[in-house]
Amino acid sequence: MSSAAEQVSRGDDALRERLTGLWETPNTWSAWLATVDHKKLGLRYIYTAFVFFFLGAVEAAVIRAQLARPENTLVTPEQYNQLMSMHGITMMFLFISPVLSGFSFYLTPLLIGARELAFPRLNAFSYFGFLLAGVFMYASFAIGQAPNAGWFNYTPLSEAAFNPGLNIDFYALGLVFLGISTTAGACNSIVTILKLRAPGMSIDRMPLFLWSSLTISACVIFAMPPLTVALGFLELERHWHFVFFEPVRGGSPMLWQHLFWVFGHPWVYIIFLPATGMLSMIVPTFSRRPMIGHELVALSTVITGLVGFGVWVHHMFATGMSQLSMSFFAAASMTISVPSAVTIFAWLATMWHGRVVLATPMLFALAFVVQFLIGGISGVMTAAVPFDWQVTDTYFVVAHLHYVLAGGSVFGLFAALYFWAPKMYGWMLDERIGKVSFWLMFVGFNVGFFPMHIAGLLGMPRRVYTYPASMGVTGANLISTIGVYVFGLGIVVTALNLLWSRTHGARATSNPWGGSSLEWLAESPPAPYNFAHLPSVSSRSPLWDGGYANGPAYDDGRLTTTTTPIDAAPRQPAELPDENMWSVFIAFTMLLAFSALLVRSYLWTGIGIAATLWSLARWLAPAPAKPVGVKG
Amino acid sequence: MTEGVLRLDAHGTSTPAQGELARWGMLLFLVNEGMLFATLIASYFFLAVANASWPPAGVEKPPLTLPLIMTAALLSSSGMLVIGERGLRAGSRTRYRAGVSIAIALGVLFVGLQTKEYVDKLRVIGPTEHAYASTFYTITGLHGAHVVFGMLFLAWALVREAKGASPRSPALKNAALYWHFVDGVWLVILTSLYLSPRWA
Repeated sequence: MSSAAEQVSRGDDALRERLTGLWETPNTWSAWLATVDHKKLGLRYIYTAFVFFFLGAVEAAVIRAQLARPENTLVTPEQYNQLMSMHGITMMFLFISPVLSGFSFYLTPLLIGARELAFPRLNAFSYFGFLLAGVFMYASFAIGQAPNAGWFNYTPLSEAAFNPGLNIDFYALGLVFLGISTTAGACNSIVTILKLRAPGMSIDRMPLFLWSSLTISACVIFAMPPLTVALGFLELERHWHFVFFEPVRGGSPMLWQHLFWVFGHPWVYIIFLPATGMLSMIVPTFSRRPMIGHELVALSTVITGLVGFGVWVHHMFATGMSQLSMSFFAAASMTISVPSAVTIFAWLATMWHGRVVLATPMLFALAFVVQFLIGGISGVMTAAVPFDWQVTDTYFVVAHLHYVLAGGSVFGLFAALYFWAPKMYGWMLDERIGKVSFWLMFVGFNVGFFPMHIAGLLGMPRRVYTYPASMGVTGANLISTIGVYVFGLGIVVTALNLLWSRTHGARATSNPWGGSSLEWLAESPPAPYNFAHLPSVSSRSPLWDGGYANGPAYDDGRLTTTTTPIDAAPRQPAELPDENMWSVFIAFTMLLAFSALLVRSYLWTGIGIAATLWSLARWLAPAPAKPVGVKG
Repeated sequence: MTEGVLRLDAHGTSTPAQGELARWGMLLFLVNEGMLFATLIASYFFLAVANASWPPAGVEKPPLTLPLIMTAALLSSSGMLVIGERGLRAGSRTRYRAGVSIAIALGVLFVGLQTKEYVDKLRVIGPTEHAYASTFYTITGLHGAHVVFGMLFLAWALVREAKGASPRSPALKNAALYWHFVDGVWLVILTSLYLSPRWA
């Protein structure tokens, strides 16, 4: 018996060695740069996004210092405009969205029992597109001309007549660039989730996080073009005096607002739904039972994504539209609370019927539920037109959006960080330090952002660099500043926890939390090939009820299983490509084109575009043929 | 060899499974592109409704002769491409090359006629004079750029085929799909920008 077992294990070692040879990124600098490993790229996404988070937090710190007392002169009004604009742009576009994408790119193949994303090179491109677009936008600070018209950048303020510097051009071109990368990532996620799921993981057995990823990726495909069109119009107007928004020559400033919010509201869900999906993985794990209402939560996610396209006008109630259209959009906006409530009640029911374990990830998840609820309630309030007229463009809206995006998405992200870090690194984050960090963040967040509701109701306008003492919001602002700093301190404690646990953390087993989904089947950290034998699945919680089996090893090429989109019936395996420098180089040629457009050097723009097309052709050129029948 | 994996392409590409992934990727890209043009057309109508007269006073409704010839050129180019693709599936590489080459030539004709249309139109109204002209030139110009890119894509497919790509190669299929899409978008543009002003 034992010799047979030994033989199996020797065979296994040989298999693992072959797979490592096939899947490991070669040890050269060019392969390191152009790596297509979804785990390496996922972490790169996360690290880069956290660098932008740090920058956005520094901006927030200066903003709160400026607002700590009335008529403060720490920054000039123009500096304040740039800081608050870049704070919003950074957090919305360069932090929350990419960090959640990073988790998604890291986790998706593991969750579906695959070895890679469907388009590995496209993933490498997405990362560099994101990085360079972020660098492009931040380069604006170097010449003191950062975007200064807020993250939604209304015309006419953002038109050349009122904003002649390069500020808005950095914003518009940078976001078009970033949009290309984001769209590529969304296509990649959709094809991966629909085509590479483990055999047997039919759509009703798919983990809820993937429902979120699928929904938001579809939203990106439909929502990004309106933004691209709006930004394109704006640049045509600013550079070449075309007319789209200027009313004298037949344009309409409302066109910008419509285009922006047709994108902007789905975008809010794009950066929010992944966090709910993460919660739907974390809550059942720490309640020690399967999610209650799995189908309803999946459906709610999709409905939120769909209805999210029909609510954009609630950002524009104060623009003087017809009562009828406002009533329609108010009703649609209130409808959103139904699927959100379904999701919240499903989490509560899961906890109620489970045995709750209050580990750090679960604490963050609970705070998410509370804060998202508060943000949801203020959301329903502002969906009512008359109430919205009272509070629009005040700190009430600032409080609302921070409760949803910081209290929601960021807390969900930290829950995910504590939950999946053991998988990513192979060591546990320290629980005690984690709890200290949580309480600082939870108390700091609420002390910081709750008073903003009151400041807003008292009439404090958002985006204004100061306020008079006579306004009666001095106390609320001071409390907000103190709270936000405590919140920031809590985040620093988690950063320290990462450094400490790297050397002192307990070793993580493959399934330290006793999770139910396939990523916990892989080693911690996962081998370059994720699974030596590609699993098949026969239940919704395969690791809890033994509903999985080891399938083929596919060790003679970079192969992973493909299946049908709904039933996940097995199809042929697909061979996936390895590193290719052109998929990285093309991000730089795009940077060249956008930078040249920024400084209006059309010769170099042309060179950049030609180089981009050339790189595309080289990227897609087939690799030299391997003789058929020779083992890889 | 792993059972069931076909790596038949002498050129080093594509199992059928990979072809399917590439097809999915292309379709999603085209949905995205379709949304781009849908937004542009919606913006055109939004501004049309916001203005008292559209096209503005003193500007003729766009003439139809040239656009209809352009439409014929694009539609027959799609037809030629279909004939070429069928030829490839039937094993006739010559028919494929002929079909794709004629499709590209018709694309060149389209771009030439569009240039002529622009030259005529620019004498009447420039793109900076009114939102009508701005949207008109932006939409048709972006579409023209797509036609040019489509021709490059088809030319690239021709090269791939000449170098021995399999008839089932996703590269050839996706190039054709893109070209049909660009033609389809033109029909929407024709209806919105050229025909609809005559119904009002």
